[in-house]
Amino acid sequence: MSIILDKVNYVYSEETAYRIQALRDVNLEIRDGQFIGVIGHTGSGKSTLIQHLNGLMKATSGTIYFNGQDIYADDFDLRKLRSRVGLVFQYPEHQLFETTIFDDVCFGPKNQGLSKEEAGLRAFEALRSVGMPEELYYQSPFDLSGGQKRRVAIAGVLAMKPEVLILDEPTAGLDPAGRDEILDLVARMHKERGITVILVSHSMEDVAKYVERIIVMNQGAVMFDDTPREVFRHYKELESVGLAAPQVTYLMHELKERGLLVNTEATTVEEARQSLMEALAGIDAGHTDIHV
Amino acid sequence: MLRDITLGQYYPADSVIHKLDPRVKLFGTLIYIISLFCFRGAAAFATVTLFLIAVIWTSKVPFKFMVKGLKAIMILMLITAAFNLFMTPGETLVSFWIFKITKEGVVNAALMAVRLTYLILGTSIMTLTTTPNQLTDGLEKALMPLSKIGIPVHAIAMMMSIALRFIPILIEETDKIMKAQMARGADFESGNLLKKVKSMIPLLVPLFVSAFRRADDLAMAMEARCYHGGGGRTKMKPLRYEGRDRAAYLMIILYFAAVLLCRAYLNWP
Amino acid sequence: MGIIKAKQLVHEYIRRDEEGNVESISTALDHVDLDVNAGEFIAVLGHNGSGKSTLAKHINALLSPSEGTLWVDGKDVSEEENVLEVRQTAGMVFQNPDNQIIASVVEEDVGFGPENIGVPTDEIWKRVEESLGAVGMLKYRHHSPNKLSGGQKQRVAIAGVVAMQPKCIVLDEPTAMLDPNGRREVIRTAHELNREKGVTIILITHYMEEVVDADKVIVMDKGKVVMQGTPREIFSQVGRLKEYRLDVPQITILADLLRQSGLDVPVGVLRREELVEALLREAQITG
Repeated sequence: MSIILDKVNYVYSEETAYRIQALRDVNLEIRDGQFIGVIGHTGSGKSTLIQHLNGLMKATSGTIYFNGQDIYADDFDLRKLRSRVGLVFQYPEHQLFETTIFDDVCFGPKNQGLSKEEAGLRAFEALRSVGMPEELYYQSPFDLSGGQKRRVAIAGVLAMKPEVLILDEPTAGLDPAGRDEILDLVARMHKERGITVILVSHSMEDVAKYVERIIVMNQGAVMFDDTPREVFRHYKELESVGLAAPQVTYLMHELKERGLLVNTEATTVEEARQSLMEALAGIDAGHTDIHV
Repeated sequence: MLRDITLGQYYPADSVIHKLDPRVKLFGTLIYIISLFCFRGAAAFATVTLFLIAVIWTSKVPFKFMVKGLKAIMILMLITAAFNLFMTPGETLVSFWIFKITKEGVVNAALMAVRLTYLILGTSIMTLTTTPNQLTDGLEKALMPLSKIGIPVHAIAMMMSIALRFIPILIEETDKIMKAQMARGADFESGNLLKKVKSMIPLLVPLFVSAFRRADDLAMAMEARCYHGGGGRTKMKPLRYEGRDRAAYLMIILYFAAVLLCRAYLNWP
Repeated sequence: MGIIKAKQLVHEYIRRDEEGNVESISTALDHVDLDVNAGEFIAVLGHNGSGKSTLAKHINALLSPSEGTLWVDGKDVSEEENVLEVRQTAGMVFQNPDNQIIASVVEEDVGFGPENIGVPTDEIWKRVEESLGAVGMLKYRHHSPNKLSGGQKQRVAIAGVVAMQPKCIVLDEPTAMLDPNGRREVIRTAHELNREKGVTIILITHYMEEVVDADKVIVMDKGKVVMQGTPREIFSQVGRLKEYRLDVPQITILADLLRQSGLDVPVGVLRREELVEALLREAQITG
C-alpha cells in the first residue's frame, strides 16, 4: 500500500502572463506507515503537493497511483480517496461550522455514508484521542480556545479513519504549549494506529524531532528526499534556498571546524548533548587529540 | 475558477488612463454605457469599437488580462444570445420543432453579445486602471452634495472601498474552506436543489464567521490608526482636475456626440 | 516618568448571559506595574491567554483599564480627550497582516493614518515615502497588498504606523502567522526603527529567539508580570520559563543541560557563538 507520484507537474494560470509552475516533475513514493516531513519556504510548492495526494488538485501532467490504482482513471472514486487520505489544512479551525463540537466531528463520517450511530462512535473516539474533555462535546466549537479549536478540527479528519494523515503546518499561530500538544498528538497517532503521517512544517527543530524522512521542496521540485540526518548534512544548500537546519546542527558543525571532534549529525538537543559529553569525556581520558 | 474574475482588481501600470481623475473615468464609463445601448448602424459601431480599442491601448493593461473577465460571464452571454436568437420575431431563416431562427434574431443575438462584451471590457478598464480607493474617492467627491441632505457619503464610500479590498481575500478564503470541507468528504455538486442548498452550510457558516472576525480586527486596526470618521481628515490623493482631465472630458463628449450623429445621420444598415 | 507607565493596572473581561447578568469575570490583567523608558526595546513574552495582548491594547487606548492607571507619554489613556493623541504617540501593529491593511495599494494604506490625523497632503507624501523607505518596501509602493508575502505585508503595516510618527510602536505578535523568513524581516525592521529613529519598541511574542536582542524582557503569566530583566537574566532560568509554557531556544536548553551534566557553561546562553566559545574553553582545560 502506497501512494506513488509519477512525473507530476502542476501549472497555475497556464497560457497567461501569470503562469506559475507549482510542481515540476515530482516523483515520490509514500510508503505505508512512514512519518514524513515536508519542508520548503512559502511558495515552494509544498501545499500544492499535498493537495494532489488526496485528489483535491489535479496534476497538469503525470500520474498518481493510490495502492496501484491510477487516481485520475474515470472509474476511480475520488471521494473515497479523500476519506482514506485525510488532509488537515492550515488553520483548520476555520472550517468548523456546526452548533456543537460533536456534530462537527460527525460531519466527515456522515459524508462517508456511515449511520448516525456509527458516525457518533467515530466522533467520540476521535475527540477522546485528541484529548478533548467530555464536558465540552456539546458546546459550540466557536467558544473554545485557539488550540482546542484546532484539536477539534483535527478530530474531524481523524474520525474518518484515514490511512494517511496529512497536516499542513498544524502548529501555525499556536503558542509553544499548544504546538507541543498537537505534535505529540500526531506522533501518538502514528505510533498507536500505525497510520502514515505527512507533516508540512516550517520548523526544522520540530521536523528533526519527529519524522523519519524529510522531503525538501524548492521551486516546485523535490530538492532532497532522505532521512533527517542526510538532509541536514546539506545545511549549506538548505540555507541557499531560504531554509535552515536545526540550531544544534550549526553548533556541531562550528565546533568540528574549530577542532572539537563532535558528531555533526546530531539534530536534536539530546543527540547533541550526548555527542558533546562523549567528545569532552574523550579528551578527559586522553583519547582525542585536540588542537584549539 | 473563482480567481478569474477581473472585476474589482486593479492592474498597476503607468498610463494616462491610470492617471486620470476617477471622476472623469466614472463619467466616461457612464457615457460609454449609454452609448452602447443607443448606437445604431455600422458607422456608430465603428466609432464605439475605435473608442474602446483606443482606450484599451492607452491603458497599457494587457488585453489577455481583460478577456479573463469575459470568461466569467460567458454563460450569461450565451443565455442572452440564445434568448435573442430564438425569441425575436421576423423573417425565418431556419426552423425546427418549435424553434425558429429569424434573420432579426441572428442580428439581435450578435448585437447583444457584442454589447455585453463591450460593456464588460469597458467597465473592467475602469476597475483595472482605478484603485478601489480612487474609485470611492471619486464617488465620494462626486456625491458629496448629497451629504447636505443627511446621506453619510463618507461612511458609504469607506465601506465600499473596504468591501473592494476584501473581495479577493474572501474569494480565496471561500476556495480554501471549500477544499477543506471536500477533504472531509463534502459534496457540493450532486443532489437536488434542496440538497445543494443544504450542502452550502458547511461553506457559508465558516465564511461568515471569518468575515465577522476580519471585520472586528479591521475595525480595531482602523481605530488604532486614529480613524474617527470623515471629520478632520485630509487626503493623500486629493482630487484636483488637471489639463489631461479636461481634455479627457472633451474627448468623451466628442465621442458621445459622434455616436449620436452617426445614429442620426449614418444609420446604415 | 517613562514613556509608558502602568500603575496597578487591572482589566477584567465580563461575560454576561442573555439577560445581562454577569456570568463570569476573567481577569486578563492583574495589578500590572510597568515602566518603559523612551528609546528602549522591550519584549513581552507569554503564552496565549497570559494577558499580553490585553496589555498591548491598553497602550493604544483600544481598551481602558478596569482599575489602575496607564500613562502614555504622560497622558492618562482612560481620559476620553487623550485617546487620539495616545494612539498617535503609541502606534500598534497586529497579528494578522490581512486584517489591518485598509487600502488596496501599498502607498495608500501607509497614507491612511496621516490622513486620519489631518496631516497636509504634501507632508503625507513625504511621510509615506520616508516610512516605506524605513521598512525597505519603497519599491512596492504601487503594488496591491494581496500580492505581497506575509513578512512584506507586516512591514507595510509597520510603515503605516511609522507614517504617523509615533514615539512608541507596540507590535502584538506580529510574527505569529509568518514563516521563518518573514519573521526575521519583521524583527529586523523593528530593531532598525529602534536604532535609527529612536522609536520605543514593545514587541509582544511567544518566540523566545526573537527577544535575544531586546534591552529588557518581561514575562507574563495569568495576567501578572512574573519575570523582568535583561534577556540573559531571563534566559538563565530555563526551568521557570518552561513552567510558564515558553519556548526556550535549542541552544539555551542545550547549554542548560550541559551545565547540569557538570560542564562549565555560563548561565543564560543566548547565542550559538557563546556556547561554541564556552565549549572550546572547556575542551582546552580538560585537554
